[in-house]
Amino acid sequence: MELLYFGDKGWGDELFFATLMTIAVSITAMIIGFIFAALFTPLKLSNNKLLNSIGNAYTTVIRGVPELLVIYLFFFGGSGAIMFVASIFGYNDYIEINAFLTGSFSIGIISGAYSTEVFRGALQSIDKGQFEAAKVLGFNKYIYFFKIILPQMLRLAIPNLSNVWQITLKDTSLISVTGLVEIMRQSYIAAGSTRDPLFFYSFAAVLYLMLTFLSMQLLNRLETKYSKGY
Amino acid sequence: MDIELMINSFPKLLNATLITLKLLSVSLILGLFIGLGFAILRMNNNKLINKFAYGYSYIFRGTPLLVQIFIIYFGLGQIEYLRTTFLWLVLKEPYWCAIIAFSLNTGAYTSEILRSAFQTIKPGYLEAGRSLGIPSKIIFTKIQIPIAIKQSLPAYGNEIILMLKGTSLASTVTLMDLTGVAKYIISTTFKPVEVFIVAGGIYLFMTFIIHNVIKYLEKKYGFQT
Repeated sequence: MELLYFGDKGWGDELFFATLMTIAVSITAMIIGFIFAALFTPLKLSNNKLLNSIGNAYTTVIRGVPELLVIYLFFFGGSGAIMFVASIFGYNDYIEINAFLTGSFSIGIISGAYSTEVFRGALQSIDKGQFEAAKVLGFNKYIYFFKIILPQMLRLAIPNLSNVWQITLKDTSLISVTGLVEIMRQSYIAAGSTRDPLFFYSFAAVLYLMLTFLSMQLLNRLETKYSKGY
Repeated sequence: MDIELMINSFPKLLNATLITLKLLSVSLILGLFIGLGFAILRMNNNKLINKFAYGYSYIFRGTPLLVQIFIIYFGLGQIEYLRTTFLWLVLKEPYWCAIIAFSLNTGAYTSEILRSAFQTIKPGYLEAGRSLGIPSKIIFTKIQIPIAIKQSLPAYGNEIILMLKGTSLASTVTLMDLTGVAKYIISTTFKPVEVFIVAGGIYLFMTFIIHNVIKYLEKKYGFQT
């Protein structure tokens, strides 16, 4: 237990901040994922064949390729791509993107593909009459989307989104390969310097279990809140 | 675009795909047995056994696969006692450590899939079997299992694809699977996009095949229940 003391003696404080980092990366990735989902869900539902296939390509490729490979692509290719864009604007110095952004972005793209599928499914299972009724009653676009479609979509999407959150949370462990100090990386460092990998990796497992357990409790509450009236 | 690199790395990556497929098939087979075992335990009426099986699947589904591999590969070697037993012959090999981690992980997911498949079987079928005087062993193998296979195929297909992606983590414990070789080529040539296209293409091809095989099986086993 001494290994978990806070301060210089133990790894308690380091692991605490690493846990906060895991939470921060997961939330950022989830938000980036929502942005991607907001862009690609309309494409997947579009009648235009080209737009439709762009949307399908995104979800198929990301969901069919290992997360680790996607992370390597952004980790090794990210700064190259940014430098290429910068060189067009005449900036030629070396740019290093920070590990937090690379990590959140790559996990975000992955979680976005899952969120897209969830939103698509939810939108498609809303009764057609709701769309028609809202249009017939002559609501403007804002009310049409935010007051009529979105609340119904969220009710259907939240149970599946909590699965996406679990996947995202667990996927963040993979960005430890890029050197970002989250739970896995911190446990790796601690295990290396104390030569006690069994303890630290088991403790990391406990931390992840706690995170998944607590977030499930919160999400279940959200689920009951949004399914009111059904 | 460095087309030459893509062509040159293709045979190397294809070679590494064999390891990926080996890891996938062995762990799926072991995982299926583990999953079936725990699914039967989950349906046991004894609360303690039930809780134990639930705890197993909760822990393995609630933690990242990476942690599980690291505990088995780096952690278990630390126990002095294990080093003296024959288990050490297995645990010192990264290949077997990866297989153990993957099997236990997919076993946890499979047990949940099978449990829900068994539970959706209408009680009428079992009652009909019992009233016809069929022994319970035969009810299990000839009635419950075929229906459960049919019910669980779509979810199990997803699990196979998730596991295919999961095998990429073997590269973190020094195994040179498809992702491991891809990472090696990326880090020596610094051409991530080209390698990603080739390696990702191979993964997508495998996902495509698995998806279609499952679809075919779904049709074949798609009897009315």
